[in-house]
Amino acid sequence: MDKQRRQFLKQACWTLLGSGLMVSGTISLPRAVAAASGRQHRYAFLVDTHKCIGCGRCVAACRKENRVPPESYRTWVERYVVSQEGTVSVDSPHGGEQGFPALSAQHNIARAFFVPKLCNHCKEPNCVQVCPVGATYVSKDGFVLVDERQCVGCGYCIQACPYGARFMNTVRHTADKCTWCFHRVTKGMLPACVLVCPVGARQFGCIDDPTSPLAAVLRTEKLQVLKPETGNEPMVHYRGLDKEVR
Amino acid sequence: MTELITKGFLFPNDIEVHWSLMIVLYPYITGLVAGAFIVSSLYHVFGRTELKPVAKFSLVAAFSFLMFACTPLLFHLGHPERAFNIMFTPKFTSAMSGFGYIYSFYLLLVLCEIWFVFREDIIRKVRETRGIVKACYWVLALGSLDDSEEARRLDHSITSVLAAIGIPSACVLHGYVGFLFGSLKSNPWWSTPLMPVIFLMSAIVSGIAILIVGYFIVMKVRGTDPDAACLQSLYKYLWGFFIIDLTLELLELLTMVYEGEESWAIIAWLLKDKLWFSYTTVQMLICSGIPLVLLGLVSLKPMDSLMRNRLGLISSALILLQVFAMRWNVVVGGQLFSKSLRGLTSYTPDVIGRESIVMAAILFIMPFVVMYVFNLILPLWNKDQPESTTV
Repeated sequence: MDKQRRQFLKQACWTLLGSGLMVSGTISLPRAVAAASGRQHRYAFLVDTHKCIGCGRCVAACRKENRVPPESYRTWVERYVVSQEGTVSVDSPHGGEQGFPALSAQHNIARAFFVPKLCNHCKEPNCVQVCPVGATYVSKDGFVLVDERQCVGCGYCIQACPYGARFMNTVRHTADKCTWCFHRVTKGMLPACVLVCPVGARQFGCIDDPTSPLAAVLRTEKLQVLKPETGNEPMVHYRGLDKEVR
Repeated sequence: MTELITKGFLFPNDIEVHWSLMIVLYPYITGLVAGAFIVSSLYHVFGRTELKPVAKFSLVAAFSFLMFACTPLLFHLGHPERAFNIMFTPKFTSAMSGFGYIYSFYLLLVLCEIWFVFREDIIRKVRETRGIVKACYWVLALGSLDDSEEARRLDHSITSVLAAIGIPSACVLHGYVGFLFGSLKSNPWWSTPLMPVIFLMSAIVSGIAILIVGYFIVMKVRGTDPDAACLQSLYKYLWGFFIIDLTLELLELLTMVYEGEESWAIIAWLLKDKLWFSYTTVQMLICSGIPLVLLGLVSLKPMDSLMRNRLGLISSALILLQVFAMRWNVVVGGQLFSKSLRGLTSYTPDVIGRESIVMAAILFIMPFVVMYVFNLILPLWNKDQPESTTV
């Protein structure tokens, strides 16, 4: 009987220790993975507005991959229609997730285009600056992330983001946003939106390696970023960004 | 959930207003604290003896509002159980991270000042009461029952010092709340260097106004006449500070109009559309224009005390509404336009719920309950005369 009890206690101790290690491992997951990714990398995102067809697959894939609550968006697609008279109309029904309604001849279109939007993972992010508890932080690889176990849900970062990229997660009651699919990238995969884009309008990659195609594009092409006047230094670059886009 | 009425194009995450009625209430209550404390300090530090009747009342009012200044934030937070992380694991690049420290320091300061101001009353209560009540008052007195002339002089000196430290602290407390908004460059309606100063001035104005209204109500309940000299002084201070406050608010708007930056188009649309009632009509026309004229009359034109008090009371009530409208128009107004600068959304607070109108009303009433209870423990008003007892 005593022997059984000793064995039971021994097993219980091991179980508790094991559980403790698992829990602590889970708690420090984002930072641990960042550290485990070994060599420090710098990443960038390229959006080609000439290529985007507004199919919305990226938005749907993002929602599925990241379990984004309804009516919130980690990424979305905007459609700009500029008429011959110069009037600009912009729409993004359901973030473009289900595509866009057809345009009629009444619009008298001079030019029209789609612009995918997502978190810019800025080098100098306002959201990180204003977070009162450091729950929003920049990883070693330049990803701007939210530690949901630290976030108090004050919403200050949502107000501070000039791109409207953040929202309050109605399930977790913490700030939420695009992570460039950090959990996939650290396993060597592409972000979900990049993977499903049928026309290659979204590109993602490491820019430390001078031989990488994205690094070459960033080095050689004239690209734009959103709201450069904010001084945030966004890491999402746009090809063919129209002056009407904010 | 109410269907939101939107106009133009909004970024999808901008359709919902994140900072609700609770975040409107938070700077409003904080402002009342700062204003009430300034009035108290006008007597304790600057020797405005005509304000003696409201000296204790203003200090206790400041304390009561301070007790509930942070409560709306707790009701708003997604994780209120983590609220103290702001103090335990702060990130000092954030303007918000300092609030816990500033608030705690100020609360401690006000508590200390109250203790010194009321020490004589507490000692008297220790002597007048028996049993467990006596023991409670003895604890309140911290066991110090020395009320000699020398001890009173020392109390008075310490009170003056604390009040003197309290003035810049009150300014910091509320200027800081304005800074929380003014420092957000992502929002053109908030991002102006004038914002902290406007918040501070409107805080002082609202604090004076609530003291006037409160003083009237207390005197009415007690069936005594309010002190005419005290009220006349309060009206003049209210008028003076309100002129500065309103001038700053208009200057801020004028600067936006004159500079005509890219964001002006959406702000103009906001003012003409969503804020037409709450900003143009309530904040600027009714609740600024009328008190400005009435307080001018009250301050400059000789008139009988009944008329003066009626006009003063109306002005004070309107100014309280003006400051609330200002908070609403800043906090909610700044979220009614999208960062796309192309569209407007709408916001109607829930009637019942965690961040509802009913909850806001309860939170606003609570400081008055505290004042009432405080008055039961340590009477603010002498039974024989309308004024507070000497300090």
